[in-house]
Amino acid sequence: MTKTPRILEVRANVLKDNDRLARSMRLRFAQAGTLVLNLVSSPGSGKTTLLRQTLLELSPRYRVAALVGDLATDNDARRLAESGAPVRQIETKTLCHLEARMIEEHLQGWDLSQIDLLFIENVGNLVCPSSWDLGEDLRVALFSTTEGEDKPLKYPTLINTADIALITKIDLAEAVEFDRQAMYRNLREVRPGIEILEVSAKRGTGMAAWLERLEHALQTKRSQR
Amino acid sequence: MHELSIATNIVSVAQEEAAARGVEVEAVHLRLGALAGVEVDSLLFGYQVASQGTPLEGSRLLIEEVPLTIYCPNCQAEFELAGIQSLRCPKCQELSGDIRRGKELEIVALEVKEQP
Repeated sequence: MTKTPRILEVRANVLKDNDRLARSMRLRFAQAGTLVLNLVSSPGSGKTTLLRQTLLELSPRYRVAALVGDLATDNDARRLAESGAPVRQIETKTLCHLEARMIEEHLQGWDLSQIDLLFIENVGNLVCPSSWDLGEDLRVALFSTTEGEDKPLKYPTLINTADIALITKIDLAEAVEFDRQAMYRNLREVRPGIEILEVSAKRGTGMAAWLERLEHALQTKRSQR
Repeated sequence: MHELSIATNIVSVAQEEAAARGVEVEAVHLRLGALAGVEVDSLLFGYQVASQGTPLEGSRLLIEEVPLTIYCPNCQAEFELAGIQSLRCPKCQELSGDIRRGKELEIVALEVKEQP
């Protein structure tokens, strides 16, 4: 005779510890007036180049800082430090994503009230970072023109958590026969209404609009304090 | 593979809930949305690995998959979608980002051993 199992109802979010920490950090960022961006993309989409240029161009007017996630090596942090901004590397070892606790740990010793914009460069991966809230204000998903237009359809989950889609290496669009219309259509198919920007960090195309977007977000955040 | 991280979280949350109730777990019931970004087979494997050496070793993970459901403002109704590649109302073909279900990643129940 099979016994009916005894079932206890439970309601628990699996990532509640991460979410709780992310919420408390979001509060800290709000109190300090720091705008936080989480940059996600596949490896090689140009996150570091974009971030380096962004730090360079913002640093005369704003206090900027960056945390950079990678499985191993601190190459990216060293590249970014050339901009003069404070940069810290987060080596995740085997993890393919950043978690809120890693952000908290690596912020130790930094005075948030002295940082206007904090950039978090997530591990290059279009799947794993989706589920982890880092306390950011904006999640920006980067797609390079060289990756092809169907990337959004292959990775709908991550795009669905993004606030802005940033199409990078736009200077190569013609050379790789990038189909802009298809890209926009695919992005909006999986994330209706998503804001889309185009940049080339190398040539400077679209950088003004990107920087303006960041400044606008910072002002909005501060006006809500 | 982030499923191992997720599985580790499932084990620790389930353990916490079981300890609070003073029960031993035979199975964990998980609700998993289509847009949660978690692959079922990898998660099941991850659960075995993550539960080893814990009080949950040998317990089962039962997954209820929740399809993506959007609300279409045009039709004023909810629609379950077959996939996650297109957030389009199956009736009027309009896009809608108003997601009602499909992002779940939660433990909904514990199957526990009968107390003697």
